[in-house]
Amino acid sequence: MLTLDYDPASLPDLLPLYYRRLFPFAQYYRWLNYGGVQKNYFQNREFSFTLKDDIYVRYQSFTTQGELEKEMQKMNPYKIDIGAVYSHRPNQHNTVKSGSFQALEKELVFDIDMTDYDDVRSCCSAADICSKCWTLMTIAIRILDRALREDFGFQHLLWVYSGRRGIHCWVCDEAARKLSVAARSAVAEYLSLVKGGEDTVKKVILSDPIHPFIKESLTVVERYFSRYALHEQDILGRKETLDKVLALVPEDILKQTLKILTCLLIQFNNHHFEKEIMLQYCYPRLDVNVSKGVNHLLKSPFSVHPKTGRISVPIDLKELEKFDPFAVPTISLICEELDRPKPGEDDEKVDDKENEKDAVERRKIRDYKRTSLAKYVRYFDQFLDDVARSWKGELLRKSDLQKEF
Amino acid sequence: MQFPGRRRKLNTNSVQGELYEHLLQFYGQPPIENISLTEFETLAVERLKLLKTVENVGISHVKVSEEYKKKLDSEFKNLNFPNKESEYDKRRKDHISHFILRLAYCQTEDLRRWFIQQEVDIFRYRFNDLKPKHKLEFLHRNDLQYGTIGAEEKQTLMDKLVNSSYAGSGTKVEDQDIYKVPFQDALDLVRTRKVYLKAGYVYIPHQDIVTIVLNDFRTRLSKAMALTARSLPIVHSDERLQPLLSHLSHAYVGQDYSIQKNVGKISLDQIDSLSGKSFPLCMRQLHQSLREHHHLRHGGRMQYGLFLKGIGLSLEQALQFWRSEFIRGKVDADKFDKQYAYSIRHIFGKEGRRADYTPYSCMKVILSNMPSQGDYHGCPFRHSDPELLKQKLQFYKVSPSGISQILELVKGMHYQLACQKYFELTHNVEDANFSLNHPNQYFIESQRLLGGGGKDLKREVETPQKTKPAAAAPELTAKDVPEIMEDLDSFFQDA
Repeated sequence: MLTLDYDPASLPDLLPLYYRRLFPFAQYYRWLNYGGVQKNYFQNREFSFTLKDDIYVRYQSFTTQGELEKEMQKMNPYKIDIGAVYSHRPNQHNTVKSGSFQALEKELVFDIDMTDYDDVRSCCSAADICSKCWTLMTIAIRILDRALREDFGFQHLLWVYSGRRGIHCWVCDEAARKLSVAARSAVAEYLSLVKGGEDTVKKVILSDPIHPFIKESLTVVERYFSRYALHEQDILGRKETLDKVLALVPEDILKQTLKILTCLLIQFNNHHFEKEIMLQYCYPRLDVNVSKGVNHLLKSPFSVHPKTGRISVPIDLKELEKFDPFAVPTISLICEELDRPKPGEDDEKVDDKENEKDAVERRKIRDYKRTSLAKYVRYFDQFLDDVARSWKGELLRKSDLQKEF
Repeated sequence: MQFPGRRRKLNTNSVQGELYEHLLQFYGQPPIENISLTEFETLAVERLKLLKTVENVGISHVKVSEEYKKKLDSEFKNLNFPNKESEYDKRRKDHISHFILRLAYCQTEDLRRWFIQQEVDIFRYRFNDLKPKHKLEFLHRNDLQYGTIGAEEKQTLMDKLVNSSYAGSGTKVEDQDIYKVPFQDALDLVRTRKVYLKAGYVYIPHQDIVTIVLNDFRTRLSKAMALTARSLPIVHSDERLQPLLSHLSHAYVGQDYSIQKNVGKISLDQIDSLSGKSFPLCMRQLHQSLREHHHLRHGGRMQYGLFLKGIGLSLEQALQFWRSEFIRGKVDADKFDKQYAYSIRHIFGKEGRRADYTPYSCMKVILSNMPSQGDYHGCPFRHSDPELLKQKLQFYKVSPSGISQILELVKGMHYQLACQKYFELTHNVEDANFSLNHPNQYFIESQRLLGGGGKDLKREVETPQKTKPAAAAPELTAKDVPEIMEDLDSFFQDA
């Protein structure tokens, strides 16, 4: 059976298997070590584990991939978060003078959560999602990915499904990792258009001239708006959702519109209300606080979501339109796939001369390849190959410099 | 004076002369003359006054507005600091006093931040005030060179450049030089999306060059302050200066409302009635929404939790208060203890960094952490739609004329003044006699006015008999006030 139901109670039994045979430690280490360009980059990175019964362990750090593996297999965390690279080893943070233990670098991260769209989606609310509202995440990725690449010049963007109702973005460029708190917040503000809380009805206000960034974003929204908002969400279809839309239309326009009995989305000179409505309904809503702080923790890729059992997997943007959060494998599914008979397994002979560790390593690689996790790890590999090209350049530059002296 | 630079003593005069040739300076060189202790003190106090003034003007006016400029023009004249055409003496004073305060304000992160912010504001004001010719001269003199783009590149980007710069500001973008710098050097423009951004670079028309210069100024000042801090022990060994400097640095922010002299003076069952009487609107709104939803999101818990701590709730009371409300909603006691109790203890400095967090000031509430979906924190005057604000004020029985006065202030972006007006209207006083900059200050002033414990509402009201110049519509009479208060009390008890 492929659609195996996940039962949260089975998590304690499945996690040991997952961390022993499936979690892609090699890729994970390769990522966070960034080619060893900077000394102690992996060693000074904070990890934090959420254990059974919501026990939260912060400031974990590891010297090698082996140590990380051993510790994760021992603790079997329900959830893994990644924090900053600190000035000292995080697990020794109590031993250094207070004040000198500081967060230095971290990927620039973004967190988009479907709950923040509750006022504009009628299909679900709170933690629930469905394929209808998932379009909002697709739009968010399209808009932010373009802006981060074209406007800010970043290249290494890892988009990750959070496992439940949202998405994360890890910008891994060296320049992004070195951004100050002020710069992170400026980037996040630049990218935020929908503003205001429960006391603001109209959350998007445009003024002339419209900034090129907003124009680009509008182009994206326009591509999805009519299918998503008008048909799937049917925002003009029911009284209460229609009222919400009408509350955003300026009164004079409303009167005129009624007078000439014309369609709502007609263009009027000097008004941006139709653009503003589209943006309010579809523009990505960022949790700015997550992006701002260098020391803010964010759920790690390949961590399991304890409620849904789904693995937090990287999203391949080439297949973004086809990405279905409900098709993301759960821990119970991939663990079950592991137990199935292994086609062709016996053909591969393990060379006796090779030491045992290698054999274990190789078995693990074969293990994940037999599950639905494979394609996500493969994509992660590709992503890392790209990032590696930039750190290889950096390493070359460094060694050249050394030769000069 | 104790500044380094003995080596340069020989050419003192020429250096100083050159230093003061231009109205504006980057404060690269410390002063190297001898001054008396009295002059040291006078200069320091006067600059402190200037910085405080700049801060106050910045709170009540928009920083680049005409009003702001006018206000500062007159303040600079009063305080005898250089602006426009000014003479040697003032420039010397500007120079020396800046460096004295550096010594006093380099000691902690907070002090540095405050000092740098005010100095940056002064610099911006002065730079904007320079004639174009002088601006160029200033850039030249200080070796500030920024890369410009060629005519061809400019032509291809023209459309986008026009659409991303300030609308309607004097000279056309076409006629200006366009500077291209990394986006990290112009964060203020990036943040507000007032610049064209491509592949990590911003394209800044000459008219906005102040942003890059300011960024440069800020970075240099911040580095210099860190360096000064390192040499502080030497300065502190001078017993003539040490007390003076520490006195100066204490004078800056006034109250931070973290001193808990009144811990435990408030009981939990008083909070409902106090929220109607003495809470500023932002806290009243948070309280109401907490009672309604039995939940507040993080931003609300921080803003309201710290405020409550500031008015005197003890940690135990705070835990009880939040728990009793949360468990009436979706959160059970167990979940509260696991997920929320930590953050309550945290703001009391009992977890994590163990910092004793201070209640948020109005500036912080207004400027940082904009409320988003599901949030009720922030400043109602800043973050509510005017229409909703109006309804809210009507609901709280503010008179129509009062409402329109408040909305007028909101429109002019004077949120704190609007809140102060709200204070005056709800407490029925003509002039609140304080300048509001902190929610806890609002509370204290309100309690003072209402007669301390807040139990006795039937205080003596001094009805101001002076005729008001504008407001013709009926004002609240003193008699109405207790009634309204009672109404509200019953409202909160019902809720």
